[in-house]
Amino acid sequence: MSIAVITFPASNCDRDAAVAVEALGGRAIRIHHSETSLPDKLDAVILPGGFSYGDYLRPGCMAARSPIMREIKDKAEAGTPTLGICNGFQLLTEAGLLPGALLRNRDLLFICREVHLLIERNISPFTRLYRKGAVVTMPIAHKDGNYYADAETLKRLEGEGRIVLRYCNTEGDVNRDANPNGSLDNIAALCNDAGNVLGMMPHPERCADAVLGNTDGEALLRGLLEA
Amino acid sequence: MSEKIALELGLEAEEYQHIKEKLRREPNFTELGIFSAMWSEHCSYKSSRAFLSRLPTEGDCVICGPGENAGVVDIGDNKAAVFKMESHNHPSYIEPYHGAATGVGGVMRDIFTMGARPVANFNALRFGAPEHPKTKHLLSGVISGLADYGNCIGVPMLGGATGFDTQYDDNILVNAMCVGIAQQDAIFYARAGKPGNQVFYVGSKTGRDGIHGATMASASFEGDTDNRPTVQVGDPFAEKLLLEACLELMQTNAIVGIQDMGAAGLTSSAVEIAAKGGVGIQLNLDNVPLREPEMSAYEIMLSESQERMLVILKPGKEKLAMQIFEKWQLDCINIGEITDTKHLEVLQHDEQQAYLPLDMLAQPPLAAPTQTTTSSTPKATASVPMQADARECLLKLLNSPELGSRRWIYEQYDQTVMGDSIRTPGADAAIVRIHGSTRALAVSVDVTPRYVHADPLEGGRQAVAESFRNLVASGAKPLAITNCLNFGNPKKPETTGQFASAIEGMREACIALDFPVVSGNVSFYNETRGHGIPPTPSIGGVGLIDDITRIPGTGFNEAGDAILLLGETHGHLECSLYARVNGVPDGAPPPIDLGAEKHNGAFVLEHIRNGGIRAVHDISAGGLIAALAQMSLLGGRGAVITPPASHIHPNGILFGEDQARYIVTCSPEDTDKLLEAAKAGNVPAIWIGTAGDANLTIEGVTSIALKDLREAFESWMPNYMRSN
Repeated sequence: MSIAVITFPASNCDRDAAVAVEALGGRAIRIHHSETSLPDKLDAVILPGGFSYGDYLRPGCMAARSPIMREIKDKAEAGTPTLGICNGFQLLTEAGLLPGALLRNRDLLFICREVHLLIERNISPFTRLYRKGAVVTMPIAHKDGNYYADAETLKRLEGEGRIVLRYCNTEGDVNRDANPNGSLDNIAALCNDAGNVLGMMPHPERCADAVLGNTDGEALLRGLLEA
Repeated sequence: MSEKIALELGLEAEEYQHIKEKLRREPNFTELGIFSAMWSEHCSYKSSRAFLSRLPTEGDCVICGPGENAGVVDIGDNKAAVFKMESHNHPSYIEPYHGAATGVGGVMRDIFTMGARPVANFNALRFGAPEHPKTKHLLSGVISGLADYGNCIGVPMLGGATGFDTQYDDNILVNAMCVGIAQQDAIFYARAGKPGNQVFYVGSKTGRDGIHGATMASASFEGDTDNRPTVQVGDPFAEKLLLEACLELMQTNAIVGIQDMGAAGLTSSAVEIAAKGGVGIQLNLDNVPLREPEMSAYEIMLSESQERMLVILKPGKEKLAMQIFEKWQLDCINIGEITDTKHLEVLQHDEQQAYLPLDMLAQPPLAAPTQTTTSSTPKATASVPMQADARECLLKLLNSPELGSRRWIYEQYDQTVMGDSIRTPGADAAIVRIHGSTRALAVSVDVTPRYVHADPLEGGRQAVAESFRNLVASGAKPLAITNCLNFGNPKKPETTGQFASAIEGMREACIALDFPVVSGNVSFYNETRGHGIPPTPSIGGVGLIDDITRIPGTGFNEAGDAILLLGETHGHLECSLYARVNGVPDGAPPPIDLGAEKHNGAFVLEHIRNGGIRAVHDISAGGLIAALAQMSLLGGRGAVITPPASHIHPNGILFGEDQARYIVTCSPEDTDKLLEAAKAGNVPAIWIGTAGDANLTIEGVTSIALKDLREAFESWMPNYMRSN
């Protein structure tokens, strides 16, 4: 399985994503944002976390206009699984591949901690290896992860079952106390209508190695690799 | 030019006379500016050099000691750890956000200039009293600045030390430390090579920010904010690009030498690189990329705009370098060449703006030695009341600026980026895996200013010993330290006395513990309106963990585990947190027995490696009971403790800050074996209790529910930051 990991200026989880993919037996192809095409035989694309273009203007806004993005959009629309993690999620909303926006966190501070997540849907390929309704733990590390969409969009997303992960407590209750950043409906991850583009704020690539004490993210990456 | 201008630029009258005599002419304004920056305390170490030479800088693991951008130590497998700590105190007081941010940026550049990829950041912070009207503003600005810069670059901030004391009200301390990892055969130094080599400027453009920052950092400080233009503005985005571009260029065999433009900007980088090589350097300022039009030679030479480097390229490699920097959208421009003149020659608009001998710039006349008053006589013994309620004292300390959780701070730092953070903030030391290996580095930042203030010699020893202990408690062999020596005005005999004694204490500890100093930084003039800070030599220690499967736990993880106390308990309460919480002025700090430190540390390490010890914590501020509380909180389990029968008052046993001590846990079956091994090895060790209960119970004294401990520990800082 070959997965392209894109490096924008000041992406900073590009290496982490590539290392996690390779550790699980996949092949990570590092692609610089100035490229205009992706390899033909490509199984998935990862837009990694970081601070592309220093978050200037808005997180993900400039990177969404990078040369490589036209090709990424074409591939995504043709069905290539595309995973945006953290800054990658912000970028997917800025590029119009996912609806809504990620605003500054409710408390206006950067937050780095482990959070509990409810597997709301097990969609292929991303969350198919988790049990629907399971509670997993992953780290978040962001200043702008407060998901917002207008009421109509939100209703549509809920109706179409496109919310994939929600912030919850250890028991799986989705409530305000378990919401780290103010996201509407505790949304931590959502997909496009075809289900092949997923944006998520938590970092599965940071919890796929037993040495680091948590492997809850491994199944997500494996889902992508073994699709 | 007149003496008046020289004095305004921060030079001393004698220094000005010395310049005139040596040059046999009047220096022009640009030249005076260059002298004042190069001869500032910050760049020249003129008041501290004689003392610093006392510190041991050699050891088996040392590849490069002080004198380069950062220290380099051997960590095996052809890899090296590269690390350094630096102060950004004055700028952070004037403009906390950018002052702190550029502190992180500057020290990271010191690391990647040497060819190392930064893998972890740390800091040592001192703020004024929490109730001081400026403290909250300074704290939140400094933390945001540190966080935003490090987070954007994508280097985890893995720990530090934060303290509060009214003596820092007008002089906060912001010390930033960075640790990087390099290949031993690809370490880069500030080298100029042969005359004819071309000098390149890479990175961000030059603006008018930070002009004369080095001079500001070398003067005492009236605490007002009219120094704003001397504070640099950081751009972590540019730094991330510069980091990637430099590391990519370093793979290509194109570089002769490279030097970060830090304090005193283009001036100091050019002077250092050429003076070290015994050659000359010519700079053509017309080629320097500028952010603002019509900057004078003086302004360009002294700008401290951030995210810039000077690179000497091998002939024929210019195009390759330019392609790499173009890929990362940064300037890479030829601004001069190495010459054989042994002078710094600065050209602008086809005119010579400065022509100065490099040996003179690099070696200022040493400051006339200040009279030192020996201040190592501890203050008179204060009598500490023994009757205080232990439960109340512990909860008060946990719910205070002294021992309260720093979670509000460290959750603002990205701690897990780079995928190698094995142990994040909250324990004795941070642990970061050496990427792609089964080994790791442990890092700890320490100093106890109340000890150093009460007795600089003992306090200097203690700071090094505590760093050593924290590394040992993480299962690491301590390798070497960096330091950041924050003191008051060196023209005062009292300050110089503190400095000399603290250095002597550090020297003794470094020698005894085989823990050399490989890099460091001195920050004098932490003084406002005549009031200096307590002497604060921050120590950043780095250790090596051979096998990441042998890292001990940090808390009471296993119910039923035996809890042992290693080291001698004397009940030293003077200068302790117990004394402070009971309103007793600081007395003499606990004496350090360096032999016991080394001996007990070796025992702990050995039994971590052979699996006998399950969890370890060193005993420091707050004594045994604070360490027990911390282990309960970290492991999520309480314990039942039987205080040893002793003639010492229970509060002395519980709160005494005697040194060279650890709490360790082991499985119940291993207890006797471990106690016997301790006896055989002459390490004082006693069984004190059993882990695993909903309470932390000290028999005959108190029993505290874990949730009450947690509530006290976690609530101080969030409540403080929310309060008005």
